[in-house]
Amino acid sequence: MYNILLAGFGGQGILFAGKQIAYAGMKSDKEVSWLPSYGPEMRGGTANCSVIVSDEPIGSPLVTDPDILIALNLPSFEKFENKIKAGGILISDSSLISKKTDRTDIQAYYIPATELANQNEISGMANVIMLGKLIQVTGIYDYNYFEEVMTGSIPPSKERLIALNKKALSIGYNYR
Amino acid sequence: MSKKILMKGNEAIAEAAIKAGCRLFFGYPITPQTEVAETFAKRMPKVDGLCVQAESEIAAINMVLGAASTGKRVMTSSSSPGISLKSEGISYIVGSDLPCVIVNVQRGGPGLGGIQPSQADYYQATRALGHGDQHILVLAPASIQEIADLTMEAFDLSDIYRMPAMILADGALGQMMEPVDFEARTPREIPEKTWAACGHDGKRKHNIVNSLYIEPDELERTVIERFEKYKKIEKTEVKYEEYLTDDADIVVVAFGITARIAKSAVNAARKKGIKAGLFRPITLWPFPSERLNQLADSTKKFLAVELSMGQMVEDVKLATQFKKPVEFFGRTGGMMPSVNEVLENIEKYAE
Repeated sequence: MYNILLAGFGGQGILFAGKQIAYAGMKSDKEVSWLPSYGPEMRGGTANCSVIVSDEPIGSPLVTDPDILIALNLPSFEKFENKIKAGGILISDSSLISKKTDRTDIQAYYIPATELANQNEISGMANVIMLGKLIQVTGIYDYNYFEEVMTGSIPPSKERLIALNKKALSIGYNYR
Repeated sequence: MSKKILMKGNEAIAEAAIKAGCRLFFGYPITPQTEVAETFAKRMPKVDGLCVQAESEIAAINMVLGAASTGKRVMTSSSSPGISLKSEGISYIVGSDLPCVIVNVQRGGPGLGGIQPSQADYYQATRALGHGDQHILVLAPASIQEIADLTMEAFDLSDIYRMPAMILADGALGQMMEPVDFEARTPREIPEKTWAACGHDGKRKHNIVNSLYIEPDELERTVIERFEKYKKIEKTEVKYEEYLTDDADIVVVAFGITARIAKSAVNAARKKGIKAGLFRPITLWPFPSERLNQLADSTKKFLAVELSMGQMVEDVKLATQFKKPVEFFGRTGGMMPSVNEVLENIEKYAE
């Protein structure tokens, strides 16, 4: 069972990234839930979403103590860093968050996702780069499976988008 | 690969309604239910249906009254403050014995309140959704699959009993996504609508849809007849879910999204050796009083958990007739309790 919390600014594609994780879980017959924040924080402030992927029926869909935190801005990092379960995972966009965690009971990964996106001319796709990193460090899904499911819902008329998503995913997955 | 669709609760309400044959939707936007109307606006033109954004909630419910009198399946949807505005029209629909489905994706109140999830319209839904002696069917889903199933069920029930049915959801259920299968449910048999005022080319005596009875003895008779129907519904249409209640010392009673949190807390309590169970009313009216009363003979205590200051808890007390203590824990104003908070309350009262 994976309790995942994704958090950042509105507009970074937090909800989209969360949906991809849930969608891939559904397609492999897992129980999944996706719960977004929908308050005033969406308008310019922080946005977050709870995603659960499980073999068992899901009780509370609200993730308060995540196994995995994907942080895309400093306020989210500061708000949720200490909520990660012991033994859990932090994936932080180090181009936006200069802070490092002091916790020794979690595995922390720092990836300059926003910078990588800009350098590779896929700005705005830091969210997908973070997904690539998630798959690399957790093994939640097989890389090829996830790539296929994520790009499978994009219509052929938007083929360019398929290539860009694949590129972003691969950058995150291969970043060490 | 699974054929399920990943969908928001609000979207599933609209899809399920279309699946149930609803081709008429009248509404007015309000957070957190706007995707219901948004989905209808997108989908209705493709199925020869009609989606109207009315000038107000009051206009929308009166359009429902008019459309329902023709015997067509019709829906309106809103969130707490908007439902209050509809209450006069809903009472007229009850008084006219018309079927329709009303959705309330609840948010915090009173007043304009907030936009976060709430269950504080329980009293309104089950006691006084409109003026006069009356009830409406109230269904409380707890998952997106159940939102789909119960929306379809609400149309069937409201047609069978000629009365409005409400889907009482909340902001979290409206906004969250889960897999949903729209083919999972078997439709019920619907009686012919011989009462519908839908035009007849002079081939039969015309039907009249009306809620005005100026003679008190006549009005009393119609209300008593309606209450005979309510009695029958209370016997046959009660729905609930039980989880680990057989040997439970403490039974948590919760509905909708809160029941999901409570279920996680019950599992956590069991791990700590506390014999906790969950009773989840699915129909809030009719309330599953009889089964709760039976449970009061086997369990030691009840704990009602709600997103309010305590409303359903009164129905639990009425149902169990004070045989066992009934405790309460709730958050309100749009706050959701964590699993740990509910667990702490189970631990506190289980002692």
